[in-house]
Amino acid sequence: MSQRIQKRFEKLKQEGRPGLVTFTTAGDPDQETAQKILNGLPAAGADIIEMGMPFSDPMADGPAIQLANLRALGSGITLSKTLDMVREFRKHDDETPIVLMGYYNPIHYYGNQRFLDDAITAGADGLIIVDLPPEEDDELCHPCLTSGLNWIRLTTPTSDEARLATVLKNSSGFVYHVSIAGITGTQSADSVDVESAIKRIRKQTDLPIAVGFGIKTPAQVRETGKIADAAVVGSALVNVIRQGVDKQLAKDQIVTNLHGLVSELAAGTR
Amino acid sequence: MSELTSSALPESYRSGPDDRGHFGIFGGRYVAETLMPLILEVEAAWNRYRSDPEFLAELEYYSRDYVGRPSPLYFAERLTEELGGAKVYFKRDELNHTGAHKINNTLGQILLAKRMGKKRIIAETGAGQHGVATATVCALFDLPCVVYMGETDIQRQAPNVFRMKLLGAEIVPVTSGTATLKDAMNDALRDWVSNVEDTFYIIGTAAGPHPYPEMVRDFQSIIGTEAKQQLTEKEGRLPDLIIACIGGGSNAIGLFHPFLDDESVQIIGVEAAGLGLDSGKHAASLSGGEPGVLHGNRTYLLQSDDGQILDAHSISAGLDYPGIGPEHSWLHNIGRVSYVSVTDEEALEAFKQCCRTEGIIPALEPAHALAHVAKIAPKMRKDQIIIMNLCGRGDKDVFTVAEALGEEI
Repeated sequence: MSQRIQKRFEKLKQEGRPGLVTFTTAGDPDQETAQKILNGLPAAGADIIEMGMPFSDPMADGPAIQLANLRALGSGITLSKTLDMVREFRKHDDETPIVLMGYYNPIHYYGNQRFLDDAITAGADGLIIVDLPPEEDDELCHPCLTSGLNWIRLTTPTSDEARLATVLKNSSGFVYHVSIAGITGTQSADSVDVESAIKRIRKQTDLPIAVGFGIKTPAQVRETGKIADAAVVGSALVNVIRQGVDKQLAKDQIVTNLHGLVSELAAGTR
Repeated sequence: MSELTSSALPESYRSGPDDRGHFGIFGGRYVAETLMPLILEVEAAWNRYRSDPEFLAELEYYSRDYVGRPSPLYFAERLTEELGGAKVYFKRDELNHTGAHKINNTLGQILLAKRMGKKRIIAETGAGQHGVATATVCALFDLPCVVYMGETDIQRQAPNVFRMKLLGAEIVPVTSGTATLKDAMNDALRDWVSNVEDTFYIIGTAAGPHPYPEMVRDFQSIIGTEAKQQLTEKEGRLPDLIIACIGGGSNAIGLFHPFLDDESVQIIGVEAAGLGLDSGKHAASLSGGEPGVLHGNRTYLLQSDDGQILDAHSISAGLDYPGIGPEHSWLHNIGRVSYVSVTDEEALEAFKQCCRTEGIIPALEPAHALAHVAKIAPKMRKDQIIIMNLCGRGDKDVFTVAEALGEEI
């Protein structure tokens, strides 16, 4: 099993602080710029990198990430090029974990085992596949764990005790708690609800818990970091790219702006 | 029987899906975790009420007195004469209240939603027929109704948009993705995930996560059950061929399912070939797609060589979907049903022929099935019998047809 995620959470524990998980989409706004964004994320303060594998029909995502998917696909990104980006990143960084997030169909088309082999070779550490619930674990979850990649599952406000047990059963790396019943980049959760959810999850697992959906500001990162092991920020970062594209900023300026926001958010973990 | 055949072919074609919602390798439940508890709740309710006498009695009451069932099985005599071969019968589900088969399903699902205590209904629609059928039952049962409809479809189906508004539904224009039916379904799923407490999602076709494909099929199977009984009364035997058009495939599975184990009955599903299968502009998921996973199920999908979902094209908005119900994918793979395709142009010809010979303006969707009937009926013997599902009436399509024929109205 890939060890980077475990080691990173151990390091965070030693440092006595929560982690920052950043989400951006592979190929957004184009592969070259996305590579610069990716390569600079650790220096800007990202502890764990979540990278979206673009899909034409991202059903669990709100408008910001839907547009990111369309920009990326429009620029010609493919699943194979997404793995190239991971490979390129690993030439410079062998410690920061990369989790690939996406939907099942592009992987299904690529070939499940071929994808797992290529993802491991490229240097990925885990997968979050939104539309593969435990009911379909035979598809990709079991082969993924056997191949040595982490299978990171989402818990949600609709997960009761029994459901939590089902969801956590084949989870590894960390648990991603979706703090609202909804799509990405919309409303923010009530921290009391999140706290009680995390207590319930901790009763059933020793895995670190990251919390995401609706976290946009350094203050929210700080609040989340008090109760969880990491905070995930996605739509807010992706919006920086959209604004840059809309204003026709130079690509390097978009990279700088995005890393700037990551640094501000990272301050919330320190 | 060889081992391969015995394992590949089931004892009954009507036994699926298994308890995890699979028809062979198709179907299943591929949804976000937030939705899983809701899907399981729908499944539990469905399993509880599907054989509940009170539920079935209420469904039957509304089907009869409100929808107007049974729909007639009509011998299309002039069309039969003109084609010069097999006897053609129409199963006239276009005579249902709201003008299509869609209400068979929306009625069933809203009765289930009521029993589950749900307070709000959402739906997706392409042509608007399912949207109208959902808005109709929501008015009937006094539940708020939100219909997601692609911006592109709103433009080309204005009469149905207005109908839904008259019935009190809120229409949400969908601009995401390509602004058509698949995107409407994405946005409906996004709504559901955001309103998990009180909302029931009435899916319009026999697709989506289990138990929807099975549930929609069972509500639509009234079509085939009635047709079988009616033909027995009229002709004293089974048909030689049954045929229906397929987008997602709910009218087709409704007609087909009760006949699947009658081995003498040949079954044909007709997909929309749009501008032609080679043009890349079509909606024929089986003829021109590959297996994949979308909207909660594994099925044949139109997709790129990177697994991205492609736009479908058909003159008929109701067939304009890049996927197909999972049971059809299975029936295709095991070979029980033959799936063919018909172009926009052929469907238009059949549309005109039906108006001219039978005085029936069909929807463009069943005009696809009719186009294939026109191809094969002349090659069949005069004592053979075809049942075609005339699943919708064409009032909604007159603007589209006028435009296609270059006429201004």
